[in-house]
Amino acid sequence: MKRASLVLALALAAGFSAQSATAQTLKTIKDRGMVACGVSQGLPGFSAPDDKGNWTGIDVDVCRAVAAAIFNDPTKVKFLALSAKDRFTALQSGEIDLLSRNTTWTLSRDTTLGANFTGVTYYDGQGFMVRKSLKVNSALELNSASVCVQTGTTTEQNLADFFKSNNMKYEVVAFAGADETVKAYESGRCDAFTTDASGLYAYRLKMTNPADHVVLPEIISKEPLGPMVRHGDDQWFDLVKWVLFAMVDAEELGITQRNVDEMAKSDKPELKRVLGTDGNFGEQLGLTKDWVIRILKAVGNYGETFDRNVGAGSPLGIARGLNALWNKGGIQYAPPIR
Amino acid sequence: MSIGPRPPPRQLAAKLRRVLGGGAGWNGFFLQVLFVALLGWIAYDIVANVRSNLETQRIAAGFGFLTNNAGFDVNQSLIPYSQSDTYARVFVVGLLNTLLVAIIGIFFATLIGFLVALGRLSPNWLLARISGGYVELLRNIPLLFQILFWYLAVLGTLPPPRQSVSLFGAIFLSNRGLVVPTPIPTPGWEPVALALLIAIAASLMFRSYARRQLFQTGRLVTIWPYVVGLLIGLPLFASLIFGAPVSFEIPQLKGFNFAGGSRIIPELVALTLALSTYTGAFIAEVVRSGILAVHKGQMEAGSSLGLTRGATLRLIVVPQAMRVILPPLTNQYLNLTKNSSLAVAIGYPDLVSVFAGTSLNQTGQAIEIIGITMGVYLLISLVTSAMMSFYNWRIGRSMGA
Repeated sequence: MKRASLVLALALAAGFSAQSATAQTLKTIKDRGMVACGVSQGLPGFSAPDDKGNWTGIDVDVCRAVAAAIFNDPTKVKFLALSAKDRFTALQSGEIDLLSRNTTWTLSRDTTLGANFTGVTYYDGQGFMVRKSLKVNSALELNSASVCVQTGTTTEQNLADFFKSNNMKYEVVAFAGADETVKAYESGRCDAFTTDASGLYAYRLKMTNPADHVVLPEIISKEPLGPMVRHGDDQWFDLVKWVLFAMVDAEELGITQRNVDEMAKSDKPELKRVLGTDGNFGEQLGLTKDWVIRILKAVGNYGETFDRNVGAGSPLGIARGLNALWNKGGIQYAPPIR
Repeated sequence: MSIGPRPPPRQLAAKLRRVLGGGAGWNGFFLQVLFVALLGWIAYDIVANVRSNLETQRIAAGFGFLTNNAGFDVNQSLIPYSQSDTYARVFVVGLLNTLLVAIIGIFFATLIGFLVALGRLSPNWLLARISGGYVELLRNIPLLFQILFWYLAVLGTLPPPRQSVSLFGAIFLSNRGLVVPTPIPTPGWEPVALALLIAIAASLMFRSYARRQLFQTGRLVTIWPYVVGLLIGLPLFASLIFGAPVSFEIPQLKGFNFAGGSRIIPELVALTLALSTYTGAFIAEVVRSGILAVHKGQMEAGSSLGLTRGATLRLIVVPQAMRVILPPLTNQYLNLTKNSSLAVAIGYPDLVSVFAGTSLNQTGQAIEIIGITMGVYLLISLVTSAMMSFYNWRIGRSMGA
């Protein structure tokens, strides 16, 4: 009995001494056969399950693009719905490999959280939504208002900064989940609801009377939303980064989901490099030569993903704006694949 | 030479061996040392492993974040707080909010619990069935749903601030909360406060005099008219001489909300309602079992002395039942305190919501923050159960147990 407990104790100690394998994310994913992706609990246009339980959205498409690049199968993704409160802990602990959850890129998140941002999926900004019946036309008229916000987000801090720098008072009502926040706003507990502008349009769709609510014109902050991976694994970091860049580069070069096979036969040197006919760029990332073809066949290029999820082809109908390509009036710019 | 019995030899070594090793002697002692060393090694290994992992991933560690600016506002704060205060102050604000809910909740839950338990034991058939129904209903529905129900019910029935219900033009009820005038102490409030303190001291002296009279001579002295007269009359008399002790700041509707006055937010009301009614149902069962544990003969003896049912319960049965009630009652108090962490679902800024929620998310230091939060809840629970143990001891002493 005494010997057994001693052996057990030693085994426990040995187990606890094992280091976590952070530099092997790609290998772990290949062994597992799935990419573990953290998404939101239901933000239309970014990551939301439809009534059959299939996830759609621009953040979801980034995860599917990564899965397609690795496995040639965009369905090899395991989605984990995370609230704003526990998204970072899930990434830090290794529960997910990639956090694609409309998360704003800030300095403190890049450093203290032990994570890296791999790029910007969507350039956004924070705004306010109020009921039309309040007859408010600008966020500067919101002195002494009650504002509903989701807790643990940059939104809370930007809200505090905005009201302080404009010398206005306000009451903050902070909830853990996005659904409770929206419900409280709808019930009249708050005068205004604040989150990223894209979120405002998305949540307005979910309300009982979308026409009763208006989004105020002020954008009070910069919110570059992008995917996050853990510190300590440069290969995985490069892989996810270049999957997003490939989607943007493909749009720049005019390669779409439909014409990718045709473009693969082209003689143009740039197309040959991107689509894998020339060079071994895919293998340098730990993927295959046809990695961009796989991505485009699965989700299309950046423009197609945008249109399908948040743009003209979706109920949200948000204009490209800042998210257009750099040579079309926006700031989406990807380094060249060479 | 004396032939009487000698005192036994000192045997210090044997006594030491007994104390240190118990029945197993020196073997037992060495095994204990070994066990403690093993535990210490495992603990050290875990801590070292965590630290090295945090360092590899370059996640910030340490408690330095407590001096950083929080950068966000909190809805309700019992101490002055602004967004430029530190995370340490956020911690104190959240802690005070949790304690506020816990204290109010415990008070009302105990009240409801005792009333419902007595109702369930009442000979009145309808009252007993209704109390029983209350207990069964509230015990079996998860607390989170009850909290959400009360919040939506409270919010749903209240009007928006521009159409708030008002009392005397100074108290307003809307879905932003209950706004009451704030008392501001005017200069010269000290005499009135002193008069109040004197009145309280005099009432306590009256009470101990009446108890002494009761236990020594059996004479029942009614003191409540004097106590009420003192508590109201003396401060009133002082304020007549020295002037009113407070002036009131009347709230006014300005723009979206009320300016001035103090506000009780609907989240606090909903949370306290839900926690009190839910825990009250459990406390009712605890009290009922305590009362049933007292021998039926006590009740019969009381009524044979000519006491009413209420007087028997109050003076004879419940004091004896308290010994059985107090330990599980402590449990329920601790449960209520811990259940208050569900406040985050309705936006009440308690400790878990502002500290283990917002602050954790912003600083990313999950281990330190969760550790502090767990430590604080443990401390609150230990203090509560210490106070209840002390109360239990006092009752046990007066019962002659």
